[in-house]
Amino acid sequence: MDRAVIEGDPYRLIEGMAIAAYGIGASKAYVYLRAEYPLAIQRLKDAIEVAKTYGFVGNNILDSGFNLEIVIKKGAVAFVCGEETALIKSIEGKRGMPKPRPPYPAVSGLFDKPTIINNVESLANIPNIIREGAGWFNGVGTENSKGTKVFALSGNIANTGLVEVAMGTTLKEIIFEIGGGIPDGYKYKAVQIGGPSGGCIPESEIDIQIDYESLITVGAMMGSGGLVVMDENTCMVDVAKYFMGFIQSESCGKCIPCREGTRRMLEILERIASGKSNETELETLERFQSVLHMTDLATIIQDASLCGLGKSAPNPVLSTLRWFRHEYEEHIYERKCRAKVCKELLTFTIIEDKCTGCTLCAIQCPTDAILGSKKHPHYINFEKCIGCGTCLEVCNFDSINVE
Amino acid sequence: MKIIVINNEVEAKEGEFLLAALRRQGIKIPTLCNIDGLDPSGSCRMCVVEMEGRPDLVPSCAFPVYEGLKILTHSERVVTARKAIVELLLSNHPDDCLYCVRNGNCELQGLAQEHCVSERIFSGSKNSYKLDYSSPAIVRDPAKCVLCGKCVRVCEEIQNVACIDFAGRGSKAYIGTAFDEGLNVSSCVKCGQCILVCPTGALTERSHIDEVMAVLHEKKKHIVVQHAPSVSVTVGEEFGLKAGKDVNGIMTAALRKMGFDRVFETSFSADLTIMEEASELADRIQNGGKLPMFTSCSPGWVKYLEEFYPEMIDNLSSCKSPQQMLGAVIKSYYAEREDIDPKDIYSVSVMPCTAKKFEIDRDGMGRGDTSDVDAVLTTREFAKMIRMMGIDFNSLEPDGADTPFGIRSTAGKLFGASGGVMEAALRTAHYFLTGKELEIFEIKEIRGMKGIKEAKVMIGELEVGVAVVNGVGNAQKLLDEIQAGRDDIHFVEIMTCPGGCVAGGGQPIGADPEKIKARMRAIYKIDKEETLRTSHNNPDIKRLYDDYLGKPLGHKSHELLHTHYVERKDIMK
Ligand code: SF4
Ligand code: SF4
Ligand code: SF4
Ligand code: SF4
Repeated sequence: MDRAVIEGDPYRLIEGMAIAAYGIGASKAYVYLRAEYPLAIQRLKDAIEVAKTYGFVGNNILDSGFNLEIVIKKGAVAFVCGEETALIKSIEGKRGMPKPRPPYPAVSGLFDKPTIINNVESLANIPNIIREGAGWFNGVGTENSKGTKVFALSGNIANTGLVEVAMGTTLKEIIFEIGGGIPDGYKYKAVQIGGPSGGCIPESEIDIQIDYESLITVGAMMGSGGLVVMDENTCMVDVAKYFMGFIQSESCGKCIPCREGTRRMLEILERIASGKSNETELETLERFQSVLHMTDLATIIQDASLCGLGKSAPNPVLSTLRWFRHEYEEHIYERKCRAKVCKELLTFTIIEDKCTGCTLCAIQCPTDAILGSKKHPHYINFEKCIGCGTCLEVCNFDSINVE
Repeated sequence: MKIIVINNEVEAKEGEFLLAALRRQGIKIPTLCNIDGLDPSGSCRMCVVEMEGRPDLVPSCAFPVYEGLKILTHSERVVTARKAIVELLLSNHPDDCLYCVRNGNCELQGLAQEHCVSERIFSGSKNSYKLDYSSPAIVRDPAKCVLCGKCVRVCEEIQNVACIDFAGRGSKAYIGTAFDEGLNVSSCVKCGQCILVCPTGALTERSHIDEVMAVLHEKKKHIVVQHAPSVSVTVGEEFGLKAGKDVNGIMTAALRKMGFDRVFETSFSADLTIMEEASELADRIQNGGKLPMFTSCSPGWVKYLEEFYPEMIDNLSSCKSPQQMLGAVIKSYYAEREDIDPKDIYSVSVMPCTAKKFEIDRDGMGRGDTSDVDAVLTTREFAKMIRMMGIDFNSLEPDGADTPFGIRSTAGKLFGASGGVMEAALRTAHYFLTGKELEIFEIKEIRGMKGIKEAKVMIGELEVGVAVVNGVGNAQKLLDEIQAGRDDIHFVEIMTCPGGCVAGGGQPIGADPEKIKARMRAIYKIDKEETLRTSHNNPDIKRLYDDYLGKPLGHKSHELLHTHYVERKDIMK
């Protein structure tokens, strides 16, 4: 959504930065932008030029004697560069790796100079607040979370896109009124809020007000403002696995708990979500045991990682465990995925009454797991079935049952 | 200021990090990534402690103390986290201890032991890597790397080379070279300082043990060995002796026991180097040659200059290093004298240095296809061989070096400490330029661990400016000043390793600054206590010139004792 601000109204950002810089006496400001947003970069560049010709940026701004140079720094899309010390390293031209704080950037930051780092959204709010007054801004929102917040609504929802809501709006309103509800008549299952290291909110908590404090009580966070809606066809173990995979591949690799810990967590999730017909006893034992290690591991990653990325990495797992423990248990003990997402855990059978014996499935099955003769009901050999779902796709008579 | 550690008040110093305060109290906090004297990186998380008012654990290496700070250093939460960190490292570590150079001397092993790791808690995939065997001096085994980043920091922040860095992300992160081309095509100067800080067996010298052993067992060749000035004051540490204990004679005895036919001291050829180098300096001063002149005995520094300051190659002395000079006279003068075909001589050196392994293969370090030196053992390899051959080091009777190179001056011995070459050279240069001996030999200003040391010395009417740099990373400042026109310096000694050879990349692992200072003191003590303190008065050196070489910088010298350098502007060279 920061990109939308820059593409839509870059002057708001520039004005906000100029005011903020004036406030702290900074003479140089950087906008760190993903290199893959050329439109945003171009528009910001143009806007800075225009602002310069009007004397809003540059030397002696509006005859105040105050100078400000705004530099656009293109970044190479590393998730960890959202962490402020990594971001500083990246602007300095080094590898984006966080460093321990203190010293905080406000004391010693970019090129060892005191530095303040803010999101585009925050800075872009400044001009309006200055013009309209704090009362105006505080007029919306809740006691402790003021103003509005922009969310990127996506997933299984009728209206996707950016929405700006007052703090304190309920999740239900956002999803069912603004978002238009879940399409295709499916049921709501959860929403992932706060990006890959945020948490999920189940149906039982759907009346929650969206503000900083309430989110924390359910184990989620505002984070980047991502809001991914998931319907009943979503497997929560799979969701946790997906986010853990993302975090693992975006970890900078500097500290051990995050680098090695998230990798082991991901492997545990993979073990839970996969099934082998010839699993050895040791592997079964490992699967059971690893689940026991999972929460310990999560604690250590949270406790001992260097930066926010690592500290929040276990969130998706912890929050899905908190709200959807039963799904984990089904996966681990019953070897079932209720959302039918974890393919290897699915059992494919042929409903005899419906099967016409057309042989299509038997021909298409990549492992020759389907047996039967023409015009007679067919049969699937469990041992050979790899759960690829081909038969389900090709059967014209709805005679494949999956559970 | 007071801080509170496990309910006890403890004194801490304003501005220091928690780890330092705890260590002073004798509280042992494990670390993997800490390097004293450098900014903390906070990456290994082994040093975490529990702190009142903080939701997470904080790394003590990177946390500045403040009044009243309250911590727990070994609470259940802390110890559990530390143990888990070790277990996580082990889950991606080859189970190779029995085949590893660092077996018994490995920080990861030590931490696993300290934390009672007895069970494989985390299992899963391991990364697979290729061994980087490209360099003649350093071997990298990324599979054993725990990514503590110490090598990266030493290489960049101390040595100013920066040829290795983090690459990749997540569990696939690794320490790599530019374009993953391998260490030998990078700007690596082979100093081995990275090996000294590496907690594991991920970095080690390219071993010559096997080839030397094979030759010793075959007994087909005439096998000679030289040992460098600094090794006698460091190798004892490998056998439980105090840092700085001089075991020169015992080393010689051990080498004989191993089966070397002749044992020589590189300190002898350091005297020879001084004869040539002091003559070269005198010549440059008298005949308007390129000044300041730089020493050339430290091969890492030579590579550094070729790599980063190729435009200053003419400032380098053309003298070979003492190792190469002795190698050259062994396979010429000595071979003729003993009537042995140089091809039948196998010449080994025991060095404090990894770069020496690179130096022996440099262009010009031999004649025809006979190289001056055939194999280089580091102090560590030498100690290993002593153990392997069942030699009880501490019960040996001291022995002396062989003729015709049996006598050395203490000037030659001084090469082992930073500033030593300079002192030795000035003693002889003074004599060469004035015909008189220096009145006071010691030049205190150029002793010790300071990065750049300078002094002015009167040689007759001429005030000679000298500078001594130790740690090649300190060279940049001085070189830049010289390039910017500074002209009050005539002679510069530069040693690649901080402290000089006593702290070389081939020395025993785990030396702290105190040990390094003790090693230095030992060398100066030798100089103080003996009477032959100048290279030009060494009778064996005089004989070598009389019988064979003629005079310093003469025809024979040029053929045997001098060399040339190459520009390495391109990283791929
Ligand atoms: S927590 Fe992860 S991303 Fe942050 S410094 Fe550690 S390894 Fe890097
Ligand atoms: S580096 Fe240490 S832990 Fe690893 S194999 Fe070598 S001795 Fe063992
Ligand atoms: S040997 Fe020296 S230059 Fe080479 S990588 Fe190690 S520290 Fe760097
Ligand atoms: S090679 Fe050694 S010093 Fe370098 S990061 Fe790996 S373990 Fe640390």
